[in-house]
Amino acid sequence: MLNRMLKLFFSFFKIGIFTFGGGFAMIPLIEKEIVDRRKWIHREDIIDLFAISQSIPGAVAINTATLVGYKVAGRIGAIIATLGVALPSIVIISLIAIFFGEIADMKIVAWIFTGINAAVIFLIFHASLRMGKVAVKDVLTTIIFIVTVVVVVFTDISPIILIILGGLIGAGLYYLEKGDRV
Amino acid sequence: MIFLDLFIAFFKIGLFSFGGGYAMIPLISEEIANHGWMNEAEFLQIIGIAEMTPGSIAINAATFIGFQTAGLLGALVASLGVLLPSLLIILFISAFFFKYSRHPLMKKIFSGIRPVVTGLIFSAGLLIAKEVIFEIRTLIVFLALLVIIKFVKIHPIMLIVLAAGGGIIVNIF
Repeated sequence: MLNRMLKLFFSFFKIGIFTFGGGFAMIPLIEKEIVDRRKWIHREDIIDLFAISQSIPGAVAINTATLVGYKVAGRIGAIIATLGVALPSIVIISLIAIFFGEIADMKIVAWIFTGINAAVIFLIFHASLRMGKVAVKDVLTTIIFIVTVVVVVFTDISPIILIILGGLIGAGLYYLEKGDRV
Repeated sequence: MIFLDLFIAFFKIGLFSFGGGYAMIPLISEEIANHGWMNEAEFLQIIGIAEMTPGSIAINAATFIGFQTAGLLGALVASLGVLLPSLLIILFISAFFFKYSRHPLMKKIFSGIRPVVTGLIFSAGLLIAKEVIFEIRTLIVFLALLVIIKFVKIHPIMLIVLAAGGGIIVNIF
């Protein structure tokens, strides 16, 4: 059991170190490590876990780690896998934060960031377009999308309210359609 | 108290963010503004750093903001705050999720949440673009990137490295 916990920790520690660009970039690594190498979970089942990890709040990468840990070794497994995947970030970012204060004022750092900002904007719009292909596909979802953007950009209303409203609209639709069928 | 503030702020961010790191940006930005933890330019740098370093963007941003506002303990508290909601949900109600994730009601709820998340990510892009895109050098790099990715498929991390190099070049000339 201890052996398995250690393996679980190091598998996710490794995944945490080697993924750049957030949760969705982690998916192929998790498949390779958990399905192909460790054979802890079947390929069909891991796809379900990815789907569930996106329907739970929080970072997709962390959620997937927690879910896999839970499937492999119960609640302790969930905690261990979560710590494993989060620890590299915490260590690396803390190290950067320690030294960043000293280099932040350097000219070359400012130069580098004029470039990086451009890449970040690009990556974010790209992610939004990719997600929009699945999420925004009829009049209602287009309206929800536009209202969200307008509210976030022009008002101080919390995005949390919008997420709750979006969920309520979805639930309302379910009951409306169900009502039609009866 | 700063640690409690950090924990609550990031717990809230963790609890209400669906669809990963980018969708969190408007939420994080709101908390930072409310608490006066840092200015827009610093926040931008953090997003850039969070992108460049391995791991999930959410944890990276939480750790960095926590560290900048309250040192190592702040980093730990913020990271714990952002990952605790989903951990608790999975520990205690994952059976529910395993059972109902395919239920039509759940599907409908998420068909309502997903366009909001898409809107949040798009807004994150707008909020950041608004700050920097009028800086002519950033705009030049941005347009150059658009041209480059038209012709070659590039991994996000390579794109960032390329953009960093571009940033140096446009500043030298």
